[in-house]
Amino acid sequence: MKISRDTVRRVAELARLEFKEEELEKFTEQLGNILEHIDELNELDTSQVEPTFHVLNISTPIREDVMKPWLSPDEALENAPHREDDFFSVPKVIED
Amino acid sequence: MDLPFHTISEVSDLIKKKEISPVDLTEAVIRRIEEVDTRVNSYITTLKDEAIRSAKEAEELISSGKYKGPLHGVPIGLKDIFCMKGVKTTCGSKILENFISPYDATVTQRLKEAGAVILGKNNMDEFAMGSSTENSYFGPARNPWDLERVPGGSSGGSAAAVSSSLCFASIGTDTGGSIRQPAALCGIVGIKPTYGRVSRFGMVAFASSLDQAGPLTKTVEDAALILNVISGKDSRDSTSADIPISDYTVHIKDEIRGIKIGVPREYFIEGIDTEVEKGVRKAIALIEDLGATVEEISLPHTRYAVSTYYILAPSEASSNLARYDGVKYGFRVSDVESLMDMYIQTRAQGFGNEVKRRIMIGTYALSSGYYDAYYLKAQRVRTLIKRDFEEAFKTVDVIVTPTSPEAAFKIGEKTDDPLKMYLSDIFTIPCNLAGLPGISIPCGFTSGGLPIGLQILGKPFDEETILKVAHNYEIHTNWKDKRPPI
Repeated sequence: MKISRDTVRRVAELARLEFKEEELEKFTEQLGNILEHIDELNELDTSQVEPTFHVLNISTPIREDVMKPWLSPDEALENAPHREDDFFSVPKVIED
Repeated sequence: MDLPFHTISEVSDLIKKKEISPVDLTEAVIRRIEEVDTRVNSYITTLKDEAIRSAKEAEELISSGKYKGPLHGVPIGLKDIFCMKGVKTTCGSKILENFISPYDATVTQRLKEAGAVILGKNNMDEFAMGSSTENSYFGPARNPWDLERVPGGSSGGSAAAVSSSLCFASIGTDTGGSIRQPAALCGIVGIKPTYGRVSRFGMVAFASSLDQAGPLTKTVEDAALILNVISGKDSRDSTSADIPISDYTVHIKDEIRGIKIGVPREYFIEGIDTEVEKGVRKAIALIEDLGATVEEISLPHTRYAVSTYYILAPSEASSNLARYDGVKYGFRVSDVESLMDMYIQTRAQGFGNEVKRRIMIGTYALSSGYYDAYYLKAQRVRTLIKRDFEEAFKTVDVIVTPTSPEAAFKIGEKTDDPLKMYLSDIFTIPCNLAGLPGISIPCGFTSGGLPIGLQILGKPFDEETILKVAHNYEIHTNWKDKRPPI
């Protein structure tokens, strides 16, 4: 199943990515080829098969809701591209 | 001085007996890195001053009788996917080019506690996505056996460094073969432990249900030494298994008489390089001579593994890589008006093409209307693949296959065709899907002088048996004595 350029644009939007026109053509083709190959999974009847979400037989480990020391605010902000006091500063949200 | 060409076992013996100093050892390796790594490009970051300091500390402790164990004072590398406090962790990406980890990964911490000297961060495919290390933002690493060829990936820098004696070991990661395949292409040992055996805390996530950390070394015994240090439950990783670890070096020397080896017919298909197949069959024959019994088995769903993986791994990656948005760390575009533009442009400029491809596949496979047909379907096929192994392990103890369908290919040979590149992992992927341990060891060379790798897969948490078979084979051959020309 090949994929349309429109679908690629829509998926890019969901993924917060953007492609230039020249890239879009190549990407659409590559993605299409990959998805076409992946379609072979439809040869298998999996109607009676449970999915494997986890290879290990474990359940979610739980702990007491007790605060433990970890990074200080300064350490956490060390790599901030823009910092204002104890906050990460970002451009404003513009409503369309 | 030929110190860098030894194994961990050999140098740690000398260190313990105080016949060599960790400082001299570290300086010797650093000198070799300076001579050789401009050609191999196996390191993204080298930590010369810190390493010498660490080595001096080791020397002081050891001379005052406080010897910590076989890794004390031994210089090793870390794939640049493991956080190390105060050091850049780039994941081979522009988007983390200047990111300095504020904490140590559990793997890093355990190695430091064992007294290892960390030489630097090894080159890798961006975010561990690739089979050649050509997807690194910092340029490809090269195969020491032929610098025009790839070292494999995504732990290609780790493999190239160990193979050219630029460290005694490196810790890599393996999601679809990224430890085993580069180990095979570079003629060294690489083991991917059972999923859950080694903590993933502080290891940048690619596909959380598949990723595992493991050592790349020159010998099987060295790999066992490292596994001893890095394995074990970690409360900071909820997927780390609460299963006790043994000393992996204890039983590797036991005989393998009576061990049952399964050889799956689906791994000996058309398309494998004939010399690779020949090398692997010869290795199986030797293992049989050592007393193991060999039988042909079937893993019927093998051919669907690549497709299954290329839905599941990208899906998990699309979620894990959503955090790279320019807000809290890493690359951020300047000159944008809105938050949305910042997200989009940061990611469009910060990620390489392979990463974008996989994020797109994953986003598509998880999106509304496609989730059942792709992601859920793949998880069901994953069950079938896992069951194939469970069935096989009722009659055999380990499964032996080629690691890679071919020896190292030329740089640039597969970059135009992503699908072609994906098929390099055809033999390594099933084991990640099933969560099993797998090791690759050298089993010969092609007529062109390129290494061939043999893969041994085991039952969950049975690293001991695969190490034993691997070690027994290794000591009856001389492959590890041959060095790359560099």
